Amino acid sequence: MMVRPFRRFLAAAAMGLALTAAGAEAKTFRFAFQGDYKSLDPYTLNESFTNGLHKAVYEGLVRRGPKLEIEPALAERWEVSEDGLRWRFYLRRGVKFHGGEDFTADDVIFSAQRVRTQGSNFLPIVPKDAKVVKVDDHTVDFLLTAPDAMLIAEWDNWPMMSKKWAEANNAVAPTPQAAETPSYAALNENGTGPFVVVSHQPGVKTVWRPNPNWWDSPRHNLTEVVFTPIGSDATRVAALLSGEVDWIDPVPLQDIQRVNASGIAEVMQGPELRTIFLGFDQNRDELRGASVKGRNPFKDARVRKAFYQAVDIAAIRDKVMRGLATPAALMISPLLFDRAGEFKRFPYDPEAAKKLLAEAGYPNGFEVVMDCPNDRYVNDERICQAVVGMLARIGVKVSLNAQPKAKYFAKAGQTGGYDTSFYLLGWTPSTLDSLNVLTQIMGCRDEKGNGGLTNYGNYCNPKVEALIGKIRAETDKKKRDDLIAEAYRVALVEDVGYIPLHQQALVWGVAKTVKLVQRADNQLILSWIRKE
Amino acid sequence: MIAFIIRRLIQSIGVLLAVALIAFTMFRFVGDPVNQMVGVETSAAEREQIRKSLGLDDPVVVQFGRYVAKAASLDFGISYQFRQPVTKLLAERMPATLELALVSSAFALAVGIAMGVYTALRRNGWLAQVFQAVSLVGVSLPTFLTGILLIYVFSVLLGWLPSFGRGDVVAVGSWWTTGLLTWTGLRALILPAITLGLFQMTLIMRLVRAEMLEVLRTDYIKFARARGLSQRAIHFGHALKNTLVPVITIAGLQLGSVIAFAIITETVFQWPGMGILFLQAVQNVDIPIMAAYLLFIAFLFVVINLVVDLLYAAVDPRLKSTVTAS
Amino acid sequence: MPFTTGEKAESPAEAASAPAPAEGAPGLVARLKDNDLVASFLASKMTMVAAVVTVVLVAAALFAPWIAPTDPFDPAKVDLLDSHLPPRWVEGGEARFLLGTDDQGRDLFSAVLYGLRVSLLIGALGVAFAAAIGITLGLVAGYVGGRVDAVIMRIADVQLTFPAILIALLVDGVVHALLKGASREDTAFGVLVLSIGLSFWVQYARTIRGSTLVEKNKDYIQAARLVGLSPVLIMMRHVLPNVVGPVLVILTINLGLAVITEATLSFLGVGLPPTQPSLGTLIRIGQQFLFSGEWWIVAFPGVTLAGLVLAVNLLGDWLRDALNPKLR
Repeated sequence: MMVRPFRRFLAAAAMGLALTAAGAEAKTFRFAFQGDYKSLDPYTLNESFTNGLHKAVYEGLVRRGPKLEIEPALAERWEVSEDGLRWRFYLRRGVKFHGGEDFTADDVIFSAQRVRTQGSNFLPIVPKDAKVVKVDDHTVDFLLTAPDAMLIAEWDNWPMMSKKWAEANNAVAPTPQAAETPSYAALNENGTGPFVVVSHQPGVKTVWRPNPNWWDSPRHNLTEVVFTPIGSDATRVAALLSGEVDWIDPVPLQDIQRVNASGIAEVMQGPELRTIFLGFDQNRDELRGASVKGRNPFKDARVRKAFYQAVDIAAIRDKVMRGLATPAALMISPLLFDRAGEFKRFPYDPEAAKKLLAEAGYPNGFEVVMDCPNDRYVNDERICQAVVGMLARIGVKVSLNAQPKAKYFAKAGQTGGYDTSFYLLGWTPSTLDSLNVLTQIMGCRDEKGNGGLTNYGNYCNPKVEALIGKIRAETDKKKRDDLIAEAYRVALVEDVGYIPLHQQALVWGVAKTVKLVQRADNQLILSWIRKE
Repeated sequence: MIAFIIRRLIQSIGVLLAVALIAFTMFRFVGDPVNQMVGVETSAAEREQIRKSLGLDDPVVVQFGRYVAKAASLDFGISYQFRQPVTKLLAERMPATLELALVSSAFALAVGIAMGVYTALRRNGWLAQVFQAVSLVGVSLPTFLTGILLIYVFSVLLGWLPSFGRGDVVAVGSWWTTGLLTWTGLRALILPAITLGLFQMTLIMRLVRAEMLEVLRTDYIKFARARGLSQRAIHFGHALKNTLVPVITIAGLQLGSVIAFAIITETVFQWPGMGILFLQAVQNVDIPIMAAYLLFIAFLFVVINLVVDLLYAAVDPRLKSTVTAS
Repeated sequence: MPFTTGEKAESPAEAASAPAPAEGAPGLVARLKDNDLVASFLASKMTMVAAVVTVVLVAAALFAPWIAPTDPFDPAKVDLLDSHLPPRWVEGGEARFLLGTDDQGRDLFSAVLYGLRVSLLIGALGVAFAAAIGITLGLVAGYVGGRVDAVIMRIADVQLTFPAILIALLVDGVVHALLKGASREDTAFGVLVLSIGLSFWVQYARTIRGSTLVEKNKDYIQAARLVGLSPVLIMMRHVLPNVVGPVLVILTINLGLAVITEATLSFLGVGLPPTQPSLGTLIRIGQQFLFSGEWWIVAFPGVTLAGLVLAVNLLGDWLRDALNPKLR
């Protein structure tokens, strides 16, 4: 795919000389990420970096700017009815898909349906029971059954797809109906956005060229963009230091100084919205693989608090994270909740922790297995290892089970039947709002994951449930924030349902010839890149 | 002779079937394929329907038969991760791996033979001793570390060679791609080929040395000396020639494991071959890719072995007689 | 990067020569008395150095708990605040930590000693396991012959298509599928020993089978059979002693390979967990600090590993040459 036929190569090589002579214009941006760009289908994987890449070719009704502010995109404007049940979107006229089809209301209706079918990784992005109705070719209504102030909060990640194109290519659903047929949309794109995909070989290389017919005026000055995944940390850093790529993510924390001293690249860092935390199984009556039989020590808030106070968060920040983390008292970034400052972490106090354990009936501690990803978050395995050491000092023997993310999620997550006793996880609320955290992480779930899908340990308190209901209905910001703060107080201070650790920093390595924007959701937006 | 060939063919097919069985068992029993294909919110009824559509309800024997039949027509199913046919993915990646394996084998042969000859002729010379020690040091470090050290020195410190990828490639024919025809492609090959070939090189060097030492003691060489042939003619015309057959045989036989070992080199250098594809498949429990890759390695091994056996049978009259006798 | 040096035995020249020592040559013990081994040993300075290095490293591994100042496997004794300290003689180093500390604050000297212990143990157990499978199957194949022989040798063929790393990845996958919920800490050791055993046995089987084929037609074996000795006894008493030499050579060289294999596997994510590090795990962790100037985290485990493998290989070479009468 990425290969030019040989004859064309020769022709291109011959032209190459001419081009370099005249072509001060050619600006190729090369970049490398630790993971693959697997599928071009924008509905199959909800992952920050991939979502960012999709934006090169696809666009949503709305988009978010450099500061994550919501802007109109394919919808020029929108209005909400008095009762909050009808959202009317006025679509931008004259927008064409890369394949030449006009963008119309039918495409919005189709996209709303496609994103809610099997195989979509974005199911809740449009409420299940919402109706999408065409008013005319350029006006669409979303009819809700309950008001939802956060309806468009995530739509930055919900791009519009062409109905005609999908129907013509058996790509109506994210997963083709017969599981044995390959997916067309995984290898081909048809968006409205600033770039078109020239070639895409998953796991190897993806190449884009600017879309000359884009409706918006481009902020970038690129003529070509080339993406390569580089999994090995050392190799990725080497590629940046030797000038082979212009951008890498992540830069391993220990290599920041070297990158900054290199003279050709520097590290761009900023706060990330993701919160890293520890969770407990509070669901089973007996923990799997633990030394305590017949009961679950994690059902006792004193044990959870003991664990909390045993964790020396300052040491983790300074030694494991090399200062590039902000210890957290809440399960949401302070950037996303104005009143986060009111909350303080329980102090690090191993003596108090031991006392709590003794009170709970475990004066000599106990043994437990901890699940941890080792390729998902910044230094995840090292954080877990450090936690194991800290817990050992209060007598708790932790057996660490650190695995690649795919295996970790397949065990600890819903598909694995939440098979974990004690785990490390990170969470960014995709709506950039606390309600998402409260429902997904702190809302009760059943065995199948209905409810708090990502609440692995099933922390469950009816008080919090009641507050979640009220928050959902509340539209007044002040009152809503009061309710949110109260929910956090119950879940994290009263119950110690989780141990929030920190917000990690975003650490990008950027060549000095490149100017770009670092969005706090860790998405690299290609259309904002300028190269000297 | 013909009976021998037929017997070897049957045995080869037996080996492939055994590997296919292992591959199939993995496909079927390590992890539920349906779970890998659908989202978390898929209902039990939908899962059941997919299970049926995949034929997972049939008796295991029927399923295995179907798997073998499909594999024979090069259909290994759809990758869970990429939603693309496994055959297509492997075919795209195969040229990269084969090219790397062949170039590194060539490097290993060239340098290994040269060093082997030298160390055999100057058995007690200090340089020979150094060669031997250095070649051993090269294989006393794990490959991944060697690779990273090479990247550090030649890409980061010196800036001479690229640290990752395959450079520019050009298409040859309908599906083969090669990096051997472009400057960037050639440069990109150097470090991975050395990393991958180092172990082979040491092996060949030691083998050549041992064989040379043995041949040099034979009466045949003593005669040659007595006949007054020049040292040069003896060493290269007779001794080396006699050692080359086993050396090249072994290099050939090792090709299969070189390709398997490319997994590590490809991972370190982000070389877009089958090895890195396989490793990612392992990490993502992408069983169709794993199974197909295993079969491919087995197939390659079987073919090489078969060819070597047949060549020997053709060349070596003794073997021919024992073969027909048994 | 094949870990199957043993493929050498497939070279027609070697295949022919491998059983050679067994043919009427005196046994190992007799040869030792002859002092040829000792003589050749003393003749090569390199071998002597290798022997010293091996003895020192093995002793260090054996007595690690008594030599090491701290127990790096006890997380309660490790302080994160001590992490990333350079060796004692480098500026910023502390007297407590001779070789500095790793990213978790473990004393690197202790970690290397314990890692060496783990690596050697896995290597030794894995190789012993391989030898046990290989010798048994080789004896049976050679002695019984016929269809049994054919089946065993075809299994050997199938096995050869899977290098150690592939086997380890498969074994690891299967073990984790079977023992749902098992922690890597509990399974890694077994997975590694099993994988090394399953991938290294073919060489032993082939060597033993060859020698058995030669021995079993000799008059004294026929006589023993007539007397009514059990086949097991005959094999143990008469066949086995004659092939000890080649097996010893393979064992030595395989030990080096096994240690390297273990290190490689830890890079691929199926090695020992960082909480119970082998040399390989220490190197995997340490290589991440190569660019940042914290060289000691990878250098000391790396040098130890290379030294061990090198020394063991040199000893294997010497054994091979010393036991091969043609080279003397």
